[in-house]
Amino acid sequence: MELHDLWFVLIAVLWTGYFFLEGFDFGVGVLTKVLARNRPERRVLINTIGPVWDGNEVWLLSAAGATFAAFPDWYATLFSGFYLPLLLVLGCLIVRGVAFEYRAKRTEERWQRNWEHAIFWCSLLPAFLWGVAFGNMVRGVDIGPDKEYAGTLLDLLNPYALLGGLVTLTLFTFHGAVFTALKTVGEIRVRARRLATVLGCLGTVVVLGFLSWTQVERGDAASVPAMAVAVLGLVVAVVANVRGREGWSFALSGVAIVALTAMLFLALFPEVMPSRLDPDWSLTVRNASSSPYTLEIMTWCAGIAAPLVMLYQGWTYWVFRKRIGTQHIAESH
Amino acid sequence: MDLALAPETLARWQFGITTVYHFLFVPLTISLAALTAGLQTAWVRTGKEKYLRATKFWGKLFLINIALGVVTGIVQEFQFGMNWSDYSRFVGDVFGAPLAFEALIAFFFESTFIGLWIFGWDRLPQKIHLACIWTVAVGTVLSAYFILAANSWMQHPVGYHINEETGRAELNDFWAVLTQDTALVVVFHTLTAAFVAGGAFMVGISAYHLMRGKHVEVMRTSLRLGLVTLVAAGVLTAVSGDQLSKVMFQQQPMKMAAAEALWESEAPAPFSLFAYGDVDEGHNTVAVEIPGLLSFLAESDFSSEVPGVNDLNEQSQQRYGPGDYRPNIPVAYWGFRMMIGFGMASVAVGALGLWLTRRKRLLASRLRTGADEVPHLALTRNRALGPTLSRWYWRVAVLTLGFPLIASSWGWIFTEMGRQPWVVYGVLRTRDAVSPSVSQAEVLISMSVFTLLYAVLAVIEVRLLAKYVKAGPPELTEADRNPPTRIGGGPGARSGGGPGGTGSGDPGDPGTDESEDADRPMVFSY
Repeated sequence: MELHDLWFVLIAVLWTGYFFLEGFDFGVGVLTKVLARNRPERRVLINTIGPVWDGNEVWLLSAAGATFAAFPDWYATLFSGFYLPLLLVLGCLIVRGVAFEYRAKRTEERWQRNWEHAIFWCSLLPAFLWGVAFGNMVRGVDIGPDKEYAGTLLDLLNPYALLGGLVTLTLFTFHGAVFTALKTVGEIRVRARRLATVLGCLGTVVVLGFLSWTQVERGDAASVPAMAVAVLGLVVAVVANVRGREGWSFALSGVAIVALTAMLFLALFPEVMPSRLDPDWSLTVRNASSSPYTLEIMTWCAGIAAPLVMLYQGWTYWVFRKRIGTQHIAESH
Repeated sequence: MDLALAPETLARWQFGITTVYHFLFVPLTISLAALTAGLQTAWVRTGKEKYLRATKFWGKLFLINIALGVVTGIVQEFQFGMNWSDYSRFVGDVFGAPLAFEALIAFFFESTFIGLWIFGWDRLPQKIHLACIWTVAVGTVLSAYFILAANSWMQHPVGYHINEETGRAELNDFWAVLTQDTALVVVFHTLTAAFVAGGAFMVGISAYHLMRGKHVEVMRTSLRLGLVTLVAAGVLTAVSGDQLSKVMFQQQPMKMAAAEALWESEAPAPFSLFAYGDVDEGHNTVAVEIPGLLSFLAESDFSSEVPGVNDLNEQSQQRYGPGDYRPNIPVAYWGFRMMIGFGMASVAVGALGLWLTRRKRLLASRLRTGADEVPHLALTRNRALGPTLSRWYWRVAVLTLGFPLIASSWGWIFTEMGRQPWVVYGVLRTRDAVSPSVSQAEVLISMSVFTLLYAVLAVIEVRLLAKYVKAGPPELTEADRNPPTRIGGGPGARSGGGPGGTGSGDPGDPGTDESEDADRPMVFSY
């Protein structure tokens, strides 16, 4: 395996980590309006991800930074080509981050309600948009001989990519619901489980549809097992959830996200952004990558830093392992 | 196309707006993280409650500030690809690596341990909790280091070659990128300037309360900490600034000439105090100068020759082909002066304050005050400032809290504008760096969105800061005084909580194993 192949895998790992981790905190953000019935319940939801959402988001920054360093052309074409959707994602991530930090800093009803709206919409939109972006990346977009995006905004809103958006939104919300069931006590935990069952069934259907479509369009022998694991993982996650095995259910919804992301990257390889205009104009791991020297340095950095990150982020989850319920939420600050 | 709205111009404005805005939060984040960590260390070591109250007070202001620093930082990482795709293609092999290092090493540190610190008051033993804020502080410094190394490469590219086949810059010595003199001096200058900002912030807010005689015990301690930080960092900023100007003179003589509006080469060259010039004609119509000082700043010698803008422009034309290689001279000239002026004004106020509030043994006994009294502003051993002058000092001290932020903003505007027309000095022009596939309308939309959003957030942030500044340090609770003794749990013999991450949650019996105080509210919740 050459270094640029390794880096394709590592970038896939970073995106997978991002979708696994921020997936459930996007999901929890969406649930603040769907599941919670009053302010204390909303606060329970927000506090299940309170200590960790920021660390989860850095997986995105690492994925972007690593893409910049390891595949400059991939980074350049993707970020300039998907300009307006990414602007929307950025706007949401900005408002969402501030919303978590500022919401409890004033006690006025209106202040808190506004930030709660912000948390809902700014979780829902990126959860949807990442699916659209990945859908387009896998399906291929109009890329010219100069490696520049040659399409329009409307080209990005094709049925396959929109279905991709629906997939990530449903899957992340399901992931968030099983996370909530795992992290809370009381009535909200029971309702989270009930909602998770519905979302899980819905998710299985859309994931099956989307991945079958992917398999037909761009799949090969290697992507079939990934697809099978994703769908199977979801089915078993729903069953585990129904039987009250919350830890298993969360682990398996995570497996489904990992397998789904793996399937998309397997479908891409060895291309990173296929061109629909001419296959010769596609960006590949070979023609979009950095020099071997840069990749070698990056490999050292990632090889040391990534396991360390997983270790101390894992420790964070252990520190905050206690379930929380409305009784743990102080009156106000 | 109207030149004022060319995509390049718009992309530059957007980068300028988002970066200057982002950098309002960066220096405060770097310095307040360390200062808060220092105060918390004092609490852990001495057990004096004033330190804990100070930690909580400054920590809260730090958190309000870092929230915006973090989210506006995401934009920075995305917009190289969004608006500067040709730049990204050309330099990604070199410039991408420090950015990736920053994310993988520094951002993860900061974001993970800040979460632990915010929520960890009743979940972590005292010393581990303290280690978390120190880790955040280290993370902020590492982050600054990597991004400044990347920026220094744009100012003075080293450790690379141009690959003829791919037509891009490729790295061949990463160590040179990380340790070149530009990077080291810029890091030194930026970090010391950050502590000027943090020191002035502390001084300003402490002065606000002391002027009113409120929260005296905590604010007195904070004032002294702020003053010492401000003055010490101020001296180091001047030293590093001098080193930086020498490096800049060697590497980017045009920037130095622009900073001084020095049109023609001169030996010895003067330092300009005021100038008003005609850019088209290439000379100053009014100039007030200190003879020889610029020569000294450039080469530590009062008589050496410093090349002027017109000569340097001609040299560049011979080397790089026809064109205008002059940056915007008035912006560079005034930017340089605003940076020095506001920065030094703040440090001067700090130095004055340090003298006025000096230690007891340097004062006559009637001027000595206890830890819970507002200090007299003592001019000499036996004389204090009168009430009017004292009030004026406190007022000026309050004002100074914004000065370093103005200074650092202008410092960046100067250093980035002074490098034009290059984005990578001598290698890539800014006009060749923009995204060809992004339309004028798209950049106009994004620039408007960011400007509006940032303006709204600025109003919210300032109001929130004002609210918490006015509220003063919080009263301590029982939970504050009795931190937990083991990880994840409460103090003493509290029993463990929920079933953790492995999945055998039993439905219907939330917490049969939990003792009474497992239902106690969290010390902190969003």
